[in-house]
Amino acid sequence: MAVKVLIPTPLRSYVGNVSSVEVQGGTVGEAMNDLLKRHEGIRKHLFDAQGQLRSFVNLYVNDEDIRHLSRMQTALKDTDTITIIPSVAGGAGLSNAEIRRYSRHLIMPEVGLRGQQRLKSAKVLCVGTGGLGSPLAMYLAAAGIGTLGLVDFDVVDESNLQRQIIHGTSDVGKRKVLSAKETIRDINPEVNVIVHETRLSSENALEILRNYEIVADGTDNFPTRYLVNDACVLTGKPNVYGSIFRFEGQASVFCDPKGPCYRCLYPEPPPPGLVPSCAEGGVLGILPGIIGLVQATEVVKLALGIGETLVGRLMLYDALSMRFREMRIRKNPECPVCGENPTIKTLIDYDQFCGIPDLEAQQRVEAEFEIEPQELARKLAAGEDVFILDVRNPDEYAISRIENSELIPLPTLLEGMNRLDSAREMVVHCHTGIRSAQAVNFLRGIGFTRVKNLRGGIDAWSREVDPAVPRY
Amino acid sequence: MNEIRISDPAEQSIRRRGAATYPQECCGALLGRATDSGKVVTEVISIENARTESRENRFLIEDADYMRAEKEADRRGLALLGFYHSHPDHPAAPSRYDLEHAFPWFSYVIVAVRQGVPEAMTCWVLTEERDRFVEEPIARESRAPRAGGDPDRASEAMEGA
Repeated sequence: MAVKVLIPTPLRSYVGNVSSVEVQGGTVGEAMNDLLKRHEGIRKHLFDAQGQLRSFVNLYVNDEDIRHLSRMQTALKDTDTITIIPSVAGGAGLSNAEIRRYSRHLIMPEVGLRGQQRLKSAKVLCVGTGGLGSPLAMYLAAAGIGTLGLVDFDVVDESNLQRQIIHGTSDVGKRKVLSAKETIRDINPEVNVIVHETRLSSENALEILRNYEIVADGTDNFPTRYLVNDACVLTGKPNVYGSIFRFEGQASVFCDPKGPCYRCLYPEPPPPGLVPSCAEGGVLGILPGIIGLVQATEVVKLALGIGETLVGRLMLYDALSMRFREMRIRKNPECPVCGENPTIKTLIDYDQFCGIPDLEAQQRVEAEFEIEPQELARKLAAGEDVFILDVRNPDEYAISRIENSELIPLPTLLEGMNRLDSAREMVVHCHTGIRSAQAVNFLRGIGFTRVKNLRGGIDAWSREVDPAVPRY
Repeated sequence: MNEIRISDPAEQSIRRRGAATYPQECCGALLGRATDSGKVVTEVISIENARTESRENRFLIEDADYMRAEKEADRRGLALLGFYHSHPDHPAAPSRYDLEHAFPWFSYVIVAVRQGVPEAMTCWVLTEERDRFVEEPIARESRAPRAGGDPDRASEAMEGA
């Protein structure tokens, strides 16, 4: 039987750029086999590896779909025409693998296919991959956020591992953004991770934020917190905020048009040095897990457009009493960045705003009043009379100490003054040399002339002189 | 990879259609000429999405509509070059589902529509091995610059906002 096969436009290049081909066959199956014999290249587009007609290829004999006739066994007669029709279909749908992965989301009406696609199209920036950034990025990745940006300039340190669970023991020394990216890849390879290995600054913040819709602030210092807040107000993006200290945490959603920003709540930063950082004051390792996941929850709700977010509410958490409280917070019409007559219209110098240069000046000791760890070791070995004053707190003293040193914690220095002898040579140290610098400046100011600051503190002592002293 | 040229009216028509059918997917045919230096889309035909369910993330063009599109191309002295569809609240990148249903040579234009606003538009062609899509860069037909600037830049800016 000689029949004509009409070839659809996309397959014509496989049959010599003609729109129809004459073939032989008593049934549709025989005719198709003859077509494949003449034009092998067309095979893989019409049949799958098992030799079955692909599900999106439809065959018609004259005007009838062969599925309504006898399929491949449909008998042909001379002058019949077979038409190959691509069933054009597609769409944004999730792949089968994605459907399996997100099935517990998909079966909830509040999320469903539509919501999962929203998560997939969402672009979220995590500022910091530390205590808060770890649980944030890991859960957002697992939840299927499509694009996740990570900003960090730091490397993984052993002292991070107690809480920064996105990094593992084998990651110590690695750049945090890369360690975090590897963990995310393992959790969910569908996530597009964009790393920004830099310190967020007034120069780069707007450019980095530009490509994201939601910002999650996992920073641990005031200058960056004000910077993230102002950049979010200026670019109109929600700022999902969290902060932690020792056993307590806070979270909110700032910079929403209907609610306040961080500056509405805290117009001015605290005086430098008043609020210690986690490095100085410590933090319960589990705490950032709780606060970071409150932030992650808010990000997911914002991306889905469901529920009631923390806009206009400050959530307070106390791990010791295991209590959550919340405070209503209002937009301040006088706010310099989001108020009615804003005075801050571009990013400013946040170190200066937070008084960091003043603090640095306070912590700086003239080089002549500093002593190198090696020099102190030499003096002690030579039997010179040197009084070693440790101004750290008692818990730190319990962890490690320099032999024959005396402890007077910095806050009690005034009361402990009677234990000091201004005639003796004295070396003051703390953990890294910052608190002891304050002590040296104070002691020099009241007439101690033979006092010096141990450069780098007990940390440098351990590294450069006595490795038996543990570092923390 | 050759570029695909899409006329301004054709592009605007796809974008409008994507916005109009949001949050459901739109679809249609691309008509024009296939030249040695690449395809040139001069006209588009919008086609009713034949899906009755899941229209937010699926489209289907019925065989009858496909045949009509080929016939219409013939009638206008043009070729059927491919199809377009929209991705509501989803990036303008082909999905696995798109890949499983694609034909070679055809150009598949995707426009992302976010919250009802058309954004990025991309075009894709299936590889000969059927294993993936490669992007077919879109060249806009040259036209005098207009006040308000390049619509691409505008859509980028919107994405950043």
